[in-house]
Amino acid sequence: MIELLAPFEYDYMVKAMWVSGLVGAVCAFLSAYLMLKGWSLVGDALGHAVVPGVAGAYMLGLPYSVGAFFAGILAALSMVLVRQRTKLREDAIIGIIFTSFFALGLLMVSLWPASVNIQSIIMGNVLGISDADALQVVIIALVSLAILILKWQDLMLVFFDESHARTVGLNPLMLQVLFFTLLAACIVAALQTVGAILVIAMVITPGATAYLLTDRFRTLLLLSVGFGAVTAASGAYISFFLDGATGGVIVSLQTALFLLAFFLAPKHGRLAARRRATEVEELP
Amino acid sequence: MTRLSPEVPDEAWRLDRVRPALEVNDVTVAYPNGTVALRNASFRLAGGTIAGLVGVNGSGKSTLFKAIMGFVTPARGSVGIAGMAVPEALKRSLVSYVPQSEEVDWDFPVLVEDVVTMGRYGHMGFFRIPSARDKQLVAEALERVGMSDFRKRQIGELSGGQKKRVFLARALAQEGRIILLDEPFTGVDVKTEQAIVELLRELRASGHLVLVSTHNLGSVPEFCDQVVLVNRTILAAGPTAEVFTQANLERAFGGVLRHFHLEGADLHDDSDRRRVTVLTDDERPVVFYGEPGPDRSDEPERDR
Repeated sequence: MIELLAPFEYDYMVKAMWVSGLVGAVCAFLSAYLMLKGWSLVGDALGHAVVPGVAGAYMLGLPYSVGAFFAGILAALSMVLVRQRTKLREDAIIGIIFTSFFALGLLMVSLWPASVNIQSIIMGNVLGISDADALQVVIIALVSLAILILKWQDLMLVFFDESHARTVGLNPLMLQVLFFTLLAACIVAALQTVGAILVIAMVITPGATAYLLTDRFRTLLLLSVGFGAVTAASGAYISFFLDGATGGVIVSLQTALFLLAFFLAPKHGRLAARRRATEVEELP
Repeated sequence: MTRLSPEVPDEAWRLDRVRPALEVNDVTVAYPNGTVALRNASFRLAGGTIAGLVGVNGSGKSTLFKAIMGFVTPARGSVGIAGMAVPEALKRSLVSYVPQSEEVDWDFPVLVEDVVTMGRYGHMGFFRIPSARDKQLVAEALERVGMSDFRKRQIGELSGGQKKRVFLARALAQEGRIILLDEPFTGVDVKTEQAIVELLRELRASGHLVLVSTHNLGSVPEFCDQVVLVNRTILAAGPTAEVFTQANLERAFGGVLRHFHLEGADLHDDSDRRRVTVLTDDERPVVFYGEPGPDRSDEPERDR
């Protein structure tokens, strides 16, 4: 019993659980929108694209989040630009852009090895996060969360029906720019927690899991944010006993929840589908 | 005159305060790839009208809708809604839009009542919390289209006709004075089609301007009192009897339209020299009886 409470006796563990939970919540919030629009890969792309920004920021002595955010926006803009100017399909464009950025990042780190601990960017290291970095993450996450709570309905409207959003006086372009800015910011925040690769799961899986459990967007958001926060905080907690690999634990927990929903969801789960199928067969 | 809703006073619909008129002045729309979708398009419509926007696919019907909703900014010319520029009119929720079924993501996790509530967003405050009146209007709109029993259904679980009714209810709840319907009769059954037409007539009676894009030629003379013929520009616009003629339709549709002429021994046993012309683009055909001219067509028949 005492051993289970052990993580709470360490300041760094308490800090890690709070930071992870917060980041998990805000990433999950965004995931509800991303996966509905079929834009999950954009999260993937931005996750990789921020790496050269981090490397560059360390080289220039800037806060890593500034560089990462800048690179994220640059990647998003290049995707939009290439999309407009060529006939290439979206997945090809996303693939090209994010691997280019990622490769550039690796190259920068290998040329100036002292500049940054690339391992902590790619894999995340929330247990060893500095107070200054933690503060950055918390500010980004809280501000994003506040904006999302204020604007969730407007964003829903834009994602569901852009034409109608226009007729009620919303500006879809502005709201989409806002959304992707928040996405870039939150991916930057999540880098420290789960790293550049596993952040992809954080902005897809909770929303996808919740989607299987409800037909209502508000419920979907609440479930998704709940899943994100709980898995991230408890992932940090569990990683104390497993000695590291926080990102791996968090995403594994999220996958476990997804599988549960996939099989057991009351309406959209596999078992429910099978039950319905047998009910139909049993009809006279 | 049919009142929109007995419980809501006319003042609430602001029918007296804003004149529902649509002015399209010399609009030219060019897309970034260089195609000119619409050139020098001009027409005007007033309230209390059902106007049919008729033309082939790719003739610029949807571009015109986009210009009215401010999605595209005309390279030349202007669109005026009730004497206002488009953005200002949209801020006042003056325009309602009923999308084509293909435009909607039916897997989106929203219930029927959620979609209709979206119609009220323009009237809600910063936090988008529905007021008692918002809720009442949503309930009334659902009642009017006969979808109250389905309010808790996810939208993908509905039939084609029911789906259409939900988005009509949203337009009603929005209280837009100008209602744009994009191909509302595609994929709906005859019963729903009649219900939609009936609803549009009620809206006309209460002073709304209803603009319906369609290539369902047969039903146009049935319920449209004005017709706007589009083919990259406005070929003709005005009262149906004057504009919806065989000659104009042939200009608007070019070779796309199929012609059938019935005359002489095929049609009559006597010496009647008149002939019947059937024009169709594979939806409901339009039938002209007698000589082509400004006379109204006969009640068309279904070819399905």
